Amino acid sequence: MNNDTLLIAGKSYNSRLLVGTGKYKDFAETTAAVEASGAEIITIAIRRSNIGQNPNEPSLLEILPPSKYTLLPNTAGCYTADDAVRTLRLARELLDGHSLVKLEVLGDPQSLYPNVVETLAAAKTLVAEGFQVMVYTSDDPIIAKQLEDIGCIAIMPLASLIGSGMGILNPWNLQLLMERVQVPVIVDAGVGTASDAAIAMELGCHGVLMNTAIAAAKNPVQMASAMKKAVEAGREAFLAGRMPKKLYSASPSSPTSGMIGKA
Amino acid sequence: MISVSINGEARHFDSPISIAVLLEQMQLGGKRIALERNGEIVPRGQFNQHLLADGDKLEIVVAVGGG
Repeated sequence: MNNDTLLIAGKSYNSRLLVGTGKYKDFAETTAAVEASGAEIITIAIRRSNIGQNPNEPSLLEILPPSKYTLLPNTAGCYTADDAVRTLRLARELLDGHSLVKLEVLGDPQSLYPNVVETLAAAKTLVAEGFQVMVYTSDDPIIAKQLEDIGCIAIMPLASLIGSGMGILNPWNLQLLMERVQVPVIVDAGVGTASDAAIAMELGCHGVLMNTAIAAAKNPVQMASAMKKAVEAGREAFLAGRMPKKLYSASPSSPTSGMIGKA
Repeated sequence: MISVSINGEARHFDSPISIAVLLEQMQLGGKRIALERNGEIVPRGQFNQHLLADGDKLEIVVAVGGG
């Protein structure tokens, strides 16, 4: 498995699990979960700073330093292309010119379903400005292809709605999508438990990005460890090539000859 | 007196101080932040050169946990 790496923006990663850093109870739990997940690429959000109210506020970048992890600043919470682009320009300044980003433009606050029209517009601007864009989108294969044609370097379709934990609801669309794009496809959103992550990888996805499935587990650190194994197992099963499904086989696993009591 | 919006909050200053001085006053000097002035990024190296003007809108951001 050592040669089987995930190539993102010219860099090889051993882990195909990407994790978010939100919703943890404190920074200690965040770091413990990220460590247990084995993830090398982690998403962060960009938000307004305190302006003097809380001068000793700890910094996420101190506990998860860019020297140790590939940080993927996201645009979570943005509902327009303009807001997403502004957020990522700020992120690039914050991270000293770092251009690898996660674009996500949402459509409504209840479902958090992506707004693909705004996403396409933002992707065009960001790619033109030299960003390397990993893009969260619906599982629509046509939109995925358009995002790839714009120059996005990874397509990250939802498996089900953000934070829903509903798992892989439309594996057929994910397969259609993967047939149409050349860049890595990373399932982003919807994974609820380890088997969901394994299924995504068995389908041939190049990676899985998750946050709530780990952070909202009763024991996030243990779930992070489970997800690490599930992604590895799913990937290995995909590479191994599963046996075909059959209603029955009439081909038992034990030899049919040499049975006792036969004439 | 000038009025400036900082992260959506109105702040008033007797004189047009620099962004660098403003950040020191808010105890953000040397902290890992990024700053946008009226929709345009102000690079960290230029905080000394930019003086606040009446009506400026600043956004000051940090990295936080997120998916």
